[in-house]
Amino acid sequence: MFVSSEDSTPSFKGFTLILPAVSVGNVGQLAADLIISTLNMPRVGHFHTDCLVPMAGNNPYSGGGGSGGGAEQLSTNAEVYSHSDLRLAVLQIRTPVLQTKVKSFRKLLVSWIKSSGFSRTVLLSSSHAHHRDDQQLHGTALRYLLSPALQDAEKSLKELGWTELERVCAFPGINDSEKRLYIPGGGVTKGLYTDCCTECVPLAVVLLFCSEGDNVPDTFTLTNHLNDWLHLLEKTPQGSTPWRVPSSWRLLFGSGIPPLLF
Amino acid sequence: MATYFGEVLSVYSRAVEEDEYDDLEDENEEDVQIRREIEEKREVQVRWCPEVSKTLESSGQLQCSNMIIAVGPSAAGFVSAYVLSAEGWTQVGWVSLWNERSRGSSRPDTVPQPGEPSFIIYQQNSSPSVLICQCTCYIAEDQLFQCAEKVLSSVQRRGLNVTVLSDSTLAEYKTPDYLNGSGTPFLRALKTSSYTGSMLCPLLEQPNIVTGLPAAVLSHCQVQRIPAVLFQCYTDVLHPDSVTMETYKPALSCLSTSVKLEACPSVEVLQKLTQISDAQSNLYT
Repeated sequence: MFVSSEDSTPSFKGFTLILPAVSVGNVGQLAADLIISTLNMPRVGHFHTDCLVPMAGNNPYSGGGGSGGGAEQLSTNAEVYSHSDLRLAVLQIRTPVLQTKVKSFRKLLVSWIKSSGFSRTVLLSSSHAHHRDDQQLHGTALRYLLSPALQDAEKSLKELGWTELERVCAFPGINDSEKRLYIPGGGVTKGLYTDCCTECVPLAVVLLFCSEGDNVPDTFTLTNHLNDWLHLLEKTPQGSTPWRVPSSWRLLFGSGIPPLLF
Repeated sequence: MATYFGEVLSVYSRAVEEDEYDDLEDENEEDVQIRREIEEKREVQVRWCPEVSKTLESSGQLQCSNMIIAVGPSAAGFVSAYVLSAEGWTQVGWVSLWNERSRGSSRPDTVPQPGEPSFIIYQQNSSPSVLICQCTCYIAEDQLFQCAEKVLSSVQRRGLNVTVLSDSTLAEYKTPDYLNGSGTPFLRALKTSSYTGSMLCPLLEQPNIVTGLPAAVLSHCQVQRIPAVLFQCYTDVLHPDSVTMETYKPALSCLSTSVKLEACPSVEVLQKLTQISDAQSNLYT
């Protein structure tokens, strides 16, 4: 549940919420990191729950501006950051959801989204690239999904040239007419999307097909794509978006190499 | 996934399990019943000795000014050699839990035997508001939150200060310059926002993180606004060793008024604690 860092609970009424799904390549979570770091969003609270694996560390966004807190601000496994001017909130999730608590976690999220009064929620996610079919191998690797409550955003997304995630055959080869949603490697994406459809929560899923590896380029792809819709950052005259990489992205692939190795 | 040479490799993700979570949607009553039984079996219980139970019954929570939690063999060894041997401490409680690696609680109502992996709570005889917890058992990921919450909820939040001592391997420490082991073992600290004490060692640098019970305790304290500090000791030795244990000494120096430290524990005491790592026999002896 949400626990405010201050003495009073901040109001999120009418805000846009961005949250990542813990999914293949951790792309959603890395994208959330980029957004929080670049927009210098201060932390406004913790999402304290037994559904996630515990973790603690120092401020992952410190150094070069920080995000309100100094280097010694303790960071936990799920925190909420807010930008009141942009009417934006980001829930960053840093650890996996416990297998036995997936359903409870989804319920917890939906109930918090509804009680906070977010006008729309954007779920950043990814799916295994090797599960793409022949059609999906062509063109962009980015897809979107909209819950019925956010259907009016469809026009703007179609104008941007975005592709909706295709449904796959439930019984391939046997019965081609029955289609279902299939998001392998997407973590809670499919479940949360289904829950939001049932609960009439305005949700947009922005998803990237990718594989495990160095997912930093995938992150930039996803955040630039999201920025085209939400306009969180102005592009430079050269056409690129000035994202700021947080200090916690250092040493993604381990410590320095021992010189004696060579 | 087929590779260039034609063999098929299974692809896995470091972030998510391969199975879709769909299976949980089609549960029948029997599945729900089994799941509930497993959940009950995995529940974490804090058990107290009769005197403390009586106190808890009347006042609901124990009064505690300082709680020290030692997690890991060297941290627990330090507490045994330097703290518990210095002056009178009484064992007042333990945490009983069951998981695939900690099956000790086939007798959940009995105190764990000495030497058994366990989570024991000691109270200082001269000052009953000081508690020490020694954790040497494995706590599964799904039990960490519950364990931290139940232990910390047994004591009053007001006036509480928490110190956590935790072991970690040097291999887990990320640094741009390769550490050749000359500076090990060393301490790094993490503290909650309400902790105002001075720092006795450097803070844990990004991108290093802390997981397990120390993380669960720290997260709970951060959210509940309890002043808490964690000292993580990075060592290159896998088993409890006396040099690693000694590294924790500065961590308790700020509590010297409440907790008396044994300056030089006897060799016998240290030998007993580090003996477990001796190889009984190997192929060459």
